[in-house]
Amino acid sequence: MSEMMADNENGRIGGELLSVDNITLRFGGVKALTDISFNINKGEIRSIIGPNGAGKSSMLNVINGFYKPQEGTIRFKGKNVNMKPDLAAKSGIARTFQNIALFKGMSTLDNIMTGRMLKMKAGFLSQAIYWGRAQKEELENRAFVEEIIDFLEIQSIRKTPVGRLPYGLQKRVELARALAMEPELLLLDEPMAGMNLEEKEDMSRYIIDVNEYFGTTIALIEHDMGVVMDLSDRVVVLDYGCKLADGSPDEVSSNQAVIDAYLGVAH
Amino acid sequence: MEALNALFVTPFVEIFDAPWFFMEVLTGGLMAGVMYSLVALGFVLIFKASGVFNFAQGVMVLFAALNFVGLMDAGVPMILAGIITIAIMVAVAFAIERFVLRPLVNQEHIILFMATIGVAYFLEGVGEMIWGTDVRPLNVGIPDDVFFVGDAMIQQSDLFAAVVAGFLVVVLALFFHYTRTGRALRAVADDHQAALSIGIPLNHIWVIVWSVAGFVALVTGIMWGSKLGVQFSLSVIALKALPVLILGGFTSIPGAIVGGLIIGAGEKVAEVYWGGFFGGAIEEWFAYILALAFLFFRPQGLFGEKIIERV
Repeated sequence: MSEMMADNENGRIGGELLSVDNITLRFGGVKALTDISFNINKGEIRSIIGPNGAGKSSMLNVINGFYKPQEGTIRFKGKNVNMKPDLAAKSGIARTFQNIALFKGMSTLDNIMTGRMLKMKAGFLSQAIYWGRAQKEELENRAFVEEIIDFLEIQSIRKTPVGRLPYGLQKRVELARALAMEPELLLLDEPMAGMNLEEKEDMSRYIIDVNEYFGTTIALIEHDMGVVMDLSDRVVVLDYGCKLADGSPDEVSSNQAVIDAYLGVAH
Repeated sequence: MEALNALFVTPFVEIFDAPWFFMEVLTGGLMAGVMYSLVALGFVLIFKASGVFNFAQGVMVLFAALNFVGLMDAGVPMILAGIITIAIMVAVAFAIERFVLRPLVNQEHIILFMATIGVAYFLEGVGEMIWGTDVRPLNVGIPDDVFFVGDAMIQQSDLFAAVVAGFLVVVLALFFHYTRTGRALRAVADDHQAALSIGIPLNHIWVIVWSVAGFVALVTGIMWGSKLGVQFSLSVIALKALPVLILGGFTSIPGAIVGGLIIGAGEKVAEVYWGGFFGGAIEEWFAYILALAFLFFRPQGLFGEKIIERV
């Protein structure tokens, strides 16, 4: 807690970056999310937790535009948005997926380079002949990508097609691609699912480093309670599509409703 | 014994007896192969970027050629006719994206494939309605003399086709591998969702790739049209592209070229030296047998992306 106060004083955490207001999402008759509201502040690590089927991934999909909520609004940087995924990416939201969505036939380097797409502006013709602006851009962006590769320590797999990499490394490449977009808000959907303890520790370290060095705001979905409590500044808890609790890790973990949802209650 | 002799001895004796004639057959075959490559190229482009096998590619070749020759016959200068036809093909790309691909996004590939069959019939019908069904000769001034290298006779028009195809391929291969849009195309081919999440607008990419395929179709149509006249059987040459694709791999531009060369040269040589044994006309089916053999040993083709699967 005292650490968080210090962070606040250092100005790590700023004002509101994203706010979710009264979101309701239905699939036919099934309510995936019911009247959810919370916000994410600039620079914080914000976790969304909950049991299976609580609506965590749906929430993320609403934020970056894969799902359209029936009610409610999302405001990003103070602007009302009703986004398509590619527009979300343009406005500065990057994400990773629960089931890894990489371009499996491409090398690690090419995968990460795709993250730089939006930073490159050279025209069609210039690209076609790979001359002038296109060449300059390609080189500049390559340099940035190399920085990220160093940062995430994946130099040795630069040229490997990602389909061949083990699961843990694929997750890291996916993070690298998202980072290459220089996002303001990074959405991580279960970045540690299926990892062993060592890999989880590595991933936690990268998440903290990303947050500190790049100042990236991070919204995180995770099952591992230990990890969530260690990493997060604030936690929002969902259960059956409703918001159960919202607050600091300490507040949330001592909340009776949350304990009941996770451990079950005697009836 | 006699059969074995005819299969394994006589043809090779003939080849060594008349090497210049063999060269002539071989180059003729290679040049014809380039023409197949051009058709295959259109398939590869769309398959790479959308994972869809575009059944309409053959008809797009016909449709582009019809518009081009129709405009020229109506007195439009050649360059202008080319530009207008390109514009038409781009419009077709927009229409296909809007009315076919967009409503079917995230559907099974087989459904998209079926949709392209619909597109094929539609384009064929429209082409017929506007331009009629006559065979139209096309002359765009491709040189048509022959010249000799040693004792081998070579058609200038074949050589011209080879140069055009080679140029197209180099440009497209570079484009796919080293540019932002090329990377976007490959990304979309690989995973739609991931592509969206990094800010690639699927719709634009589809329009671009179908436009480029339309352009390739026009070039192909002009080359084939000059050779055979612009007629409805042009759309059937697409079938010849299938073995080329199986050989070269559905996702490889260089593969389309090498595959085309192998098919072209293979069938000519087979026809000339082995045709007699089988009673002739083996050119018709040789390519498919070759493709079948390839499927047994290398299903991803010569240059196709490796099939990687985790269990």
